Amino acid sequence: MERRATFRSPLLPWLLVLPQLLIIFVFFYWPTGEAFHWAFTLEQPWGGGRQWVGWQNFQEIFSSSAYWSSVRVSLFYAFGTSAVAIFIALLLALFIDREVRGSRGWGVALIWPYAIAAPAIGMIFRFVFDPRAGVFSALNALWPGAWNPALNGAHAMLMLILAGAWQLVAYNFVFFLAGLQSIPRSLTEAAAMDGAGPMRRMRDLQVPLLAPTFFFLVVINLTDSFTNSFGLVDIMTAGGPARATEIMVYKIYADGFKGLDYSGAAAQSIVLMGLVILLTVIQFRFVERKMHYR
Amino acid sequence: MAAIELTGVSKTYGTNMAVREVDLALPEGAFVVILGPSGCGKSTLLRMVAGLEAINAGELRIGGARMNEREPKDRGCAMVFQNYALYPHMSVAENIGYPLKVAGLSRAERKARVAEVAGALELAPLLDRRPGQLSGGQRQRVAIGRAMVRHPKVFLFDEPLSNLDAKLRVQMRLELRRLHERLGATSVLVTHDQQEAMTLADHLVVMNAGRIEQQGTPREVYARPASLFVAGFLGAPAMNLLPAEVLASGDTVRLIDGTLLRLPEPVERRGAVMLGIRPEHVAAGGLAAKVEMVEDLGASALVHARLAGLAPLAFHSPAEAPPLRGAEVGLDLPPSRLHLFDPAGGARLPLGVGQIRQRARAEGGLSVTSASL
Repeated sequence: MERRATFRSPLLPWLLVLPQLLIIFVFFYWPTGEAFHWAFTLEQPWGGGRQWVGWQNFQEIFSSSAYWSSVRVSLFYAFGTSAVAIFIALLLALFIDREVRGSRGWGVALIWPYAIAAPAIGMIFRFVFDPRAGVFSALNALWPGAWNPALNGAHAMLMLILAGAWQLVAYNFVFFLAGLQSIPRSLTEAAAMDGAGPMRRMRDLQVPLLAPTFFFLVVINLTDSFTNSFGLVDIMTAGGPARATEIMVYKIYADGFKGLDYSGAAAQSIVLMGLVILLTVIQFRFVERKMHYR
Repeated sequence: MAAIELTGVSKTYGTNMAVREVDLALPEGAFVVILGPSGCGKSTLLRMVAGLEAINAGELRIGGARMNEREPKDRGCAMVFQNYALYPHMSVAENIGYPLKVAGLSRAERKARVAEVAGALELAPLLDRRPGQLSGGQRQRVAIGRAMVRHPKVFLFDEPLSNLDAKLRVQMRLELRRLHERLGATSVLVTHDQQEAMTLADHLVVMNAGRIEQQGTPREVYARPASLFVAGFLGAPAMNLLPAEVLASGDTVRLIDGTLLRLPEPVERRGAVMLGIRPEHVAAGGLAAKVEMVEDLGASALVHARLAGLAPLAFHSPAEAPPLRGAEVGLDLPPSRLHLFDPAGGARLPLGVGQIRQRARAEGGLSVTSASL
């Protein structure tokens, strides 16, 4: 089924897409071009005059231990968030799928968290995990200092992962539920006739058949964790304590806008962009093409 | 003893009653075919036996034990689905072996049983393939293999042949029958194809609108349809049904064009009836009809004609010399072959077949008793 609109004038379609192209150009291609330019020059903090330095900015960030620590933190955060979000979403979807009645309503209710802006989530989770007023304050009452994300890097990372996952669970859930509901009913019934109980059917049938959805979500979640986590980090930890949660996007912001190292920040954002492009290519080349059962 | 016994079994979806108080006793080891048009509740009935649909009222017994509350896996049935329902991510061998894997059999044992089934179904060269790489007929055999491998007491088939092309369907029909003979388990097959039903069944159950219209051997059901519905549904081409009237004497019916036909024996009924005769039973005689269309079926020709009163009538004629379109032919409706039905309720009006035969023999053959006005 191919649907193509036909236009009398060849100009009209271009006029119709022009606003969109303009927006993409102004907010994406132009800044990206500038970032490339900055990444290969040395930019003055107060403006005025730039100097071509070639790969020097990149050499500098790749030889900085703080940068590699930020890469490590990012990877840990991205994989941690994706794993937690995918696992919880899969469980929720499997259970909702069993109870088909009203699952539409649940689907809508569960997608809401994804619509909440990251800083708002960050604020909420800061309260939830507050060492004096939050859910773990009881722990601190028993053993003072047992939970303190403001001082303990591991605690801060855990808090960040839970907040990030909370948002992604909603997104993943919708995909998993749709995937589950597209598994023909007769397959589940056949498995029931073959003697498999509900748990067994989940393990042998539903989870393997969700593999395409699973790989799709892994890529999407990783990409999302790399790029969309700025709001959470900024509100909840500001990269601390002691850079324990300084993920790549946050370091770009901190170096660029707080440290006024525009060129270093631009080079970092080019690296991050490369990483995201790589993930996207993986998704298109391998995931979308190969992971289908026919 | 009945292998499967249903007593007053009903299924309702909201206010819609899909199956209405069905009583059915299916004999052990028989090939039972449940036949009916789509939406008649036949698949629902089968799924209730399988345990895939809850039973709203009534009782289901398999092998004497009440099954209403049992899980599908505890009922000792295996099922073949219309779309085969093969697991797409498993190979043929894994598909067939899955029930055994769930049952906790060892790998070696599983392999032996799968090989045995694959041998019987000629699937041995395909064991490593995925269902997506198989043809329709091969998928069908894998689905049957998966049902066979557990040695179930009861096989349930939900329209298993309807997704196959015509030639393959006939071939698989024979294979199903052969398999049934060899395995000796009770088989229940649901279909809307009356030919499939006639050829496969030991015991035929005809359903309509959630009720059982008639059951018996295919021959019985075909020869003595219990209702207008069964008469019209079973048989291709369908039975001719002509509106008629039983005269006061009770032994003569008048067709709408005024033709009088004598019945082999008097009936109690007076007034309007529906007269039925199968196309293959229409003979040559003095009843005038005009040929409207001739369908060459290969082995014979099916002639669609109209009687003088414009009532349509189909009959078989030798394929080599069918009457021409527009030709006038003389027909005869042998009394011993007539069926009478109540036009309102559709019930069969009794006509003692045994007595008809005796009388016909006494009169020296199935000679014709018809008169035209």
